[in-house]
Amino acid sequence: MIPNDITITPDLIASHGLKPDEYERILELIGREPTFTELGIFSAMWNEHCSYKSSKKWLKTLPTKGPRVIQGPGENAGVVDIGDGQTVVFKMESHNHPSYIEPYQGAATGVGGILRDVFTMGARPVAAMNALRFGAPEHPRTKHLVSGVVSGVGGYGNSFGVPTVGGEVEFHARYNGNCLVNAFAAGLANADAIFLSEAKGVGLPVVYLGAKTGRDGVGGATMASAEFDDTIEEKRPTVQVGDPFTEKCLLEACLELMETGAVIAIQDMGAAGLTCSAVEMGAKGDLGIELDLDKVPVREERMSAYEMMLSESQERMLMVLRPEKEHEAQAIFKKWGLDFAIVGITTDTLRFVVKHQGTIVANLPIKELGDEAPEYDRPWIEPEKRETLTASQIEEPADYSEALLKLIGGANGSSRRWVYEQYDTLIQGNTAASPGGDAGVIRVDGTRKGLAFTVDVNPRYCEADPYEGGKQAVAEVWRNLTAVGSEPLAATDNLNFGNPEKPEIMGQFVFCIKGIGEACKELEFPIVSGNVSLYNETHGEGILPTPAIGGVGLLPDVTVRAGAAFAGEGEAILLIGGHGTHLGASQYLADVLNREEGAPPPVDLGAEKRRGTIVRQLIGSARVTAVHDISSGGLGVALAEMAMASSIGASVKITGPAHAALFGEDQGRYVITVAEDKLEAVLEDILDAGVDVQQIGTTGGTDLTVEDVLTISVANMRKAHESWFPDYMANA
Amino acid sequence: MKSAVIVFPGSNRDRDMFHALELITGHRPQHVWHTESTLPDVDLVIVPGGFSYGDYLRSGAIAARSPILKDLVAKADSGVSVLGVCNGFQILTEAGLLPGALMRNAGLTFVCREVMMETVNTATKFSSRFEKGQVWRCPVAHHDGNYFADADTLKRIEDNGQVVFRYADGTNPNGSINDIAGIMNEKGNVLGMMPHPENLVEPLHGGLDGRLLFESLVSDLQAA
Repeated sequence: MIPNDITITPDLIASHGLKPDEYERILELIGREPTFTELGIFSAMWNEHCSYKSSKKWLKTLPTKGPRVIQGPGENAGVVDIGDGQTVVFKMESHNHPSYIEPYQGAATGVGGILRDVFTMGARPVAAMNALRFGAPEHPRTKHLVSGVVSGVGGYGNSFGVPTVGGEVEFHARYNGNCLVNAFAAGLANADAIFLSEAKGVGLPVVYLGAKTGRDGVGGATMASAEFDDTIEEKRPTVQVGDPFTEKCLLEACLELMETGAVIAIQDMGAAGLTCSAVEMGAKGDLGIELDLDKVPVREERMSAYEMMLSESQERMLMVLRPEKEHEAQAIFKKWGLDFAIVGITTDTLRFVVKHQGTIVANLPIKELGDEAPEYDRPWIEPEKRETLTASQIEEPADYSEALLKLIGGANGSSRRWVYEQYDTLIQGNTAASPGGDAGVIRVDGTRKGLAFTVDVNPRYCEADPYEGGKQAVAEVWRNLTAVGSEPLAATDNLNFGNPEKPEIMGQFVFCIKGIGEACKELEFPIVSGNVSLYNETHGEGILPTPAIGGVGLLPDVTVRAGAAFAGEGEAILLIGGHGTHLGASQYLADVLNREEGAPPPVDLGAEKRRGTIVRQLIGSARVTAVHDISSGGLGVALAEMAMASSIGASVKITGPAHAALFGEDQGRYVITVAEDKLEAVLEDILDAGVDVQQIGTTGGTDLTVEDVLTISVANMRKAHESWFPDYMANA
Repeated sequence: MKSAVIVFPGSNRDRDMFHALELITGHRPQHVWHTESTLPDVDLVIVPGGFSYGDYLRSGAIAARSPILKDLVAKADSGVSVLGVCNGFQILTEAGLLPGALMRNAGLTFVCREVMMETVNTATKFSSRFEKGQVWRCPVAHHDGNYFADADTLKRIEDNGQVVFRYADGTNPNGSINDIAGIMNEKGNVLGMMPHPENLVEPLHGGLDGRLLFESLVSDLQAA
């Protein structure tokens, strides 16, 4: 067993990810050299992953309040009012580093972690999503990662029993050395039954729940706060192993336990396991915590205090219990075959005391460990602005049909069916719109209400202009929620960036946050939870700045909504927001011309709001038959997707330079279809709302025809769209 | 029609089944925890989908040794109707109530999609409301749904008309032998199937095709 009194050397400090000045601060705080276990505890609490030390200053600038927000950032997940005494509880979190090292378990435990965050709050998970980003398809590691991550996400979520209703999968060479696995989960809870992590009351039992503690994941959070180099294979033991079966039992046991009124405070053991959960509960409640490690259920022999405190074994919880309910609580956990052990007590000392085999192995000030961890104002430089490219600076394709087929049949534009068919999208019987549309929709069980979910970001835009890219990510989420007819409620952010110690990376982070904040404020779309993942670099090269935004919308009646599929023949196709003009940083530029330059399209948040509002009203009054937002690939791709979803073709006419009109990615635009007899009134209402609208064509036939530009059969489009992913994965 | 749904640790489509039964029969089914020793007096016992015991060892293998199984076998022998869906089908084969086995999908991945089903035997209490040869939609969601039986067993169940549902129109999602999607025991009171009719029973699901199976049971068991 590793002894507790080994000598603390500069190398040991560095290998715990602590900087010399941080170690000085530890010496100052405790007035002596830390023990080995204490060093481990500090490293776990003060690493970037747990402390948000580089990002906190900027995260505080985000709008987090709104009339429906019950709980903003700082708890396990955000909580938003959906009426009738019900709430939706949600969050998104990254598991990037572990997934690159061991894709199946890394992704699986990412899903497990986010589900636990949601049910720790007292909510039953009802929907999941994931945003995945991989390196270039031709990179030798990519296929292995796609296969492992997708089966890991499915393996955990399917067994746990939550429907996956949406997500993103993208490829780009800048993720060659760092894939991104961002997992989202949402649950339902009653507003009067939300559980928080703040411990209350002195002398109360601290209870350990769930699976046993093993050596897996020791030091995982510290690993996730460092860049990768050639030694990553050695880091495999830091990746945790998931057990969705135990998690499902833990869910049921926790919800049963919460109903008994036994729970005063509860916190899941995620990153830095027992350390982080105990410290957070105590620090938040201004209480000390005393733990006796001899009481911790373990599955391996001779574990040291250091290992127990830093283990990231999965499917575990810590709780402060009402003592008179002990027997009732224990019976529930016995029924579900899970461990239940009183491992500590709350105190009024504000100290975090850990005992092991009769000796005190750690005795530290709890507030300084927890909510008073170091905070940095890292230097940053403003990202350079790129030139805005005009349509005339960008060449037209030699063949428009080929260009469109390339966009809908390429690595990033093709159907994700190969991926989402490995996820259970239907379980729980409330799925109204499964993956493949603008947003996934579920019914709120036992009601008429619906919830819509989407996750979006365009990293190419964020790289080109972090401020506009950040704005656009929020606007696109808001637009996708609108396109199904829901009222956007609130969002969660998963901010994935490179090394924040580099001023240019920190600049990307700062400006993305500014853009996100601006859009959230203007669209009244607060951020209620989130996660930051930094140091996504390998050999010194960072990923594209990737602030993934997950959003939730509310439908008063789940049957009154819109989908993207054309609904019938002979219906009018309307373009809201005008023809495209902007090709800078577009998918056309990247996929067809192999160029990634120019400024991204700017987002006019006023126009976004006006257009979205009228679209939502039209859906709510059941006067439109299909709605799709225009995003990557522009109008051409949007029309192709609407046709492929229905097998109904369309004939349209465009104006202006054809490549810009068809593939331009100007923001805040929608395609809607309207039955002939409602057309006049709908047009009038849209114009009355001060929104630009024009009829560009009619649905019908089996081809997509753009007058004087292209004609492709829906069948051929579908073939291109559906074949890329399975072909890619089959060619091992 | 009175029904009961057995719940094992790791069952996760028990709620879906519960809702479907309540919606179609108008009666709340009873939940029965796997450690119980006797089933209530009901017309229909359902073994629902999910990942009982995490699918560890073999899908359904551990659940098939649960305390409640003893009474389930006894009730099945006495003629009570038993329906096993997905993991429930796996459990029924592991328990020896149905012949054959469910192997890993031929494509090796979990698959969740809609398939087409053909009802090949309508002279059963599970399928009387279908037309013979009727092709209908039904979702699947499984990792181990590849039905297999040795040649003798296969010939016997085919000859006896024990194959009730087959995957149709080339939509076999898992490599099942003879496109078998659902089979019953010789006596005709125990049916196992991989697809999930309980997930296609109301307009929200985008179709009502799955109702016919439950409606068959209702009309048959109520007449009895």
